[in-house]
Amino acid sequence: MLIKEIVDIVKADVLTSFHDENTDLKYGFASDLMSDVLAYARSDALLITGLNNPQVIRTAEMLDISVVLFVRGKRPGKEIIELAKENKLTILASDYTMFKACGLLVLNGMEGLDIDG
Amino acid sequence: MADSLLKRYTYDVMANDFMAAGKSSSAIKSNLKSLGIDSDILRRIAIISYEAELNIVIHSFGGKLHCDIYENKIVIISEDAGPGIEDVDLAMKEGYSTASDSVRELGFGAGMGLPNIKKYSDHLEINSSSTGTKIVATINL
Repeated sequence: MLIKEIVDIVKADVLTSFHDENTDLKYGFASDLMSDVLAYARSDALLITGLNNPQVIRTAEMLDISVVLFVRGKRPGKEIIELAKENKLTILASDYTMFKACGLLVLNGMEGLDIDG
Repeated sequence: MADSLLKRYTYDVMANDFMAAGKSSSAIKSNLKSLGIDSDILRRIAIISYEAELNIVIHSFGGKLHCDIYENKIVIISEDAGPGIEDVDLAMKEGYSTASDSVRELGFGAGMGLPNIKKYSDHLEINSSSTGTKIVATINL
């Protein structure tokens, strides 16, 4: 799914943009637990979270995740945005709940990740 | 000599400093990236380092994170000043956690730290007593 399609589907604000809007993200991974993100997510996935702290950006950085979608109306503060810019992350923010955002993305063709082993 | 230490990076990690947590692992990742290490291996090292760093921040009185570079392996070492892991076998179980509610609210303390470190390491040693915990995670290149 293209970044511009994600933005359209979840009515997201684009808070930082370091990737072409035609960048394709096949998978999504949603969690408020960064430990689980570190355990199961992959670099080719969109990270969807309602957690709003700098560790979200650090977690994305460690995994080479390029796009993060904040849900439930969370708007990351200046410090988080600065950290995202340092790491060239594209940050999106939607007012939808995590369930609604994920549901709409899946209905439009985004796939989930399987947990291996 | 495949076994000789080529370079060591060392970082101080403060207890309970959640704003800075991840800074050392970020520095390790960018240092190793500049050496041209394969991105899949680099990601494994970054996850191990970040989980180890978070463990120092969440559970210890503070400590150090080292990244040792050898010709054929990278070794991430975390050393802290205690209070130690009461039951290492239990701590290795996915989902087992002694983290406080405040840590959980930050998105951690899911009991995945040590299991994650094990999952991404080729070799892992943990030594823990009341005076400190030392974790040595080896990733082969």
